[in-house]
Parts: sequence; C-alpha cells; structure tokens
Amino acid sequence: MANKQNELTNGMFSNNPIFVQALGMCPTLATTTSATNGLGMGMATLAVLIMSNIVISLIRKLVPDKIRIPVYIIIIAGFVTMIDLLMHGFLYDLWKTLGLFIPLIVVNCLILGRAEAYASQNSVFKSILDALGMGLGFAGGLILLGSVREILGAGTWFGLPLWGDAFNVFIMILPPGAFITLGLLAAMFNWMGISREERKKKKEKAAKKAGESA
Amino acid sequence: MKIFLIFMSAILVNNFVLQRFLGICPFLGVSKKIDTAVGMSLAVIFVMVLASVITWLLNGLLVIMGLGFLKTIVFILVIASLVQFVEIFLKKVSPGLYEALGIFLPLITTNCAILGLALLNIQNNYGLLETIFNALGAGFGFGLALILFAGIREQMDFADIPKPFKGLAGTLITAGILSMAFVGFSGMIKL
Repeated sequence: MANKQNELTNGMFSNNPIFVQALGMCPTLATTTSATNGLGMGMATLAVLIMSNIVISLIRKLVPDKIRIPVYIIIIAGFVTMIDLLMHGFLYDLWKTLGLFIPLIVVNCLILGRAEAYASQNSVFKSILDALGMGLGFAGGLILLGSVREILGAGTWFGLPLWGDAFNVFIMILPPGAFITLGLLAAMFNWMGISREERKKKKEKAAKKAGESA
Repeated sequence: MKIFLIFMSAILVNNFVLQRFLGICPFLGVSKKIDTAVGMSLAVIFVMVLASVITWLLNGLLVIMGLGFLKTIVFILVIASLVQFVEIFLKKVSPGLYEALGIFLPLITTNCAILGLALLNIQNNYGLLETIFNALGAGFGFGLALILFAGIREQMDFADIPKPFKGLAGTLITAGILSMAFVGFSGMIKL
C-alpha cells in the first residue's frame, strides 16, 4: 500500500511537474490569468493524461520499439481532439478563453514524458495512479499560480471580489506577471527545500555532538 | 501594407515567446550561450516557414473533405515527419548547414510554437502570402527573444545571485523583466 501511495504523491509533491521538473511551461504561463482558467486547463490536461496513460499501458507490449513515439503522439492527439470538441460543446466560455492552448496539449512534454517514462513500462492500474498524481500535481500548480495572479492582479479569487479596485497590480495579469510569479514561487519552494536540508544537517550535527559527549 | 503589419506584429507586438508563451521550453533550454541561440533561431525560422506553408495547403484539403476537426492530429504528424525529412535532406544537400543546425532540428518537433503557429494561421483565416509572412515574423520574433535572453544570461553567470533564485527561478524572473519591455509595444498595431 505504501508503494501505491508513493505513485500518487510522487507527482503531486516530490516530483511536481511544474516546480521540480519544469515540464509543460507554455500552458502553465499562458493560461493562468485567473484561478478558474488554471483549474480548467489543469482538468483538461489531467483527463488527457489519464486516458493516454491507460491506452498506452494497455498496448505497451504490442507496439514495436522503433515506432513507439509516433504511435504515442497519435493516441495523445486523438484524445486531445476529443477533449477539444467536448469543451467546445459543453464549456464554450472556457474553451474560448483557453483557445489555442487546448489543441496544444498535444505537445505538452508532460504527457509524452509520462507515456514514455512510465506507462510504456508499467501495468494499467499503476499507470492510472501515476497519471492521477502527475495530473493533480500539474493542476494544483496551475491553480496556485492562477490564484496568486488573479488575487494580486484583479482583486478577485475564482471570480469572487476580494477588495474591489483599491489594490490591483495590473501587470500580474499581463505576460510579465506570469514569468515573475512563477519565478518567485519556484524560488520560495527552493528556499523551503534548502532550509529544510540545513535544519536536517544541524540536527545531525547536534545528534553527533550529543553522542560524542555521552 | 497588411502583410508588413502582420510581419511586424508577429515580431514585436505579439512576440511568440514573451507575449503568447509559445516555445518556452527551447527558450529556457537553449539560451545559455549566444552561439547555440543563433543556431536554434535559424532552425526554427526555417521549419516555421516550411511547416506553415505545408499545413496551410493541407488544411485546404481537409476542409474540402469535411475533415476540419482532424487538423490537430494531421498537423502534428506533418510537423514531426517534416522535421525528420528536413534533417535527412540537409545532411545530403548541405552538410555545412546540417552541422550548424543538426542538434537543434529534432528538438523542434516538441516546440509548441510550430504547431501553435500552424493553428493560428488557420484560426485567423490567413491567405498563403499572409501565412508566409506571419511565419517569418514569428520565427524572427522567436530568434530576437532567444538571442536577447541568451545575451542577458551570459552576463548573469558573473552575477552573485542568492541561492534560492539560482537556476529556474532566476531565469524566469529575468524573462519576466524582458517580457515587460515587450509589453511596451502592445496596442501599437491593431489587426
């Protein structure tokens, strides 16, 4: 059971696709002008990732090694087209704001990366868990980035007004805001990692000292 | 006149990297040195123009057959095989150019700027000539952003950057500041 949990949390935290692996940067930066858009893009990517991981894991023994990449790309492109048409039918407003970036899920390195690195070598059940972990990690990152940008830039969160027009940093909604917010968030996670390691080292040193004096 | 406006707008106002966020992976990946940035830019301009023309022609065919919804699948396959074909062709015909572009060509398949450009040309209902100039502008815009950024990053190697900002974080913030410069162009050309 611990192993299964690992598959899930690996993508969500320790190997987060956005902040640790820096995969799928284009949609991350482009579609996070608000928390709602981030959520929509995250869910669309999650759906494609789960379905492509399932199919690729099912056919992993049938596909010849040499042509595997084109086969994976066709499978992914098929699912992306399905999602594109579904969103056009049922979520027209979101489809319009995300625009170009829905068909561009095809070239999101995260999806092809998981197909190549994980689903082509593991069982269906494990691949679903891996897709869930990675997809939720990606969606979580998008929602976090979208929330920060929306709160600072427009003073709203998921469309709910927080403090009116009194304090809005408009540049956060513009393209530079995306780069700077993601950079600052990445620096924050780095800093947390560095200080955690330093604390660990200090503890080890203290333990050593205590051991020596005893 | 409209063609010139499309060209300039793709370079400055709607810069593919800094305003539209297309092709961020190579922008962050191969911008450590100016030499490699120049090589990558040339390869991207070349493939962009070729891919735009071919996908534009194919889209006409798809629309006639009533298969417009298949364009994402068809385009990505065309781009992937086109890149392979260009690689083989250059190796035979012009080994010098192949040497210069060689390593960057395979990387271009996963560059979302190429597929994005092909889809944008269709979305905006461009004619063939407009498509070619939009592709040229997008390619030059990509090159401009990449080479500027590589120049900044070469200087950054000598700077004393706080530890948490080393690597991806510092790179992203630098890109943000560069992007701010390009925001100044917004609204200058309305198409």
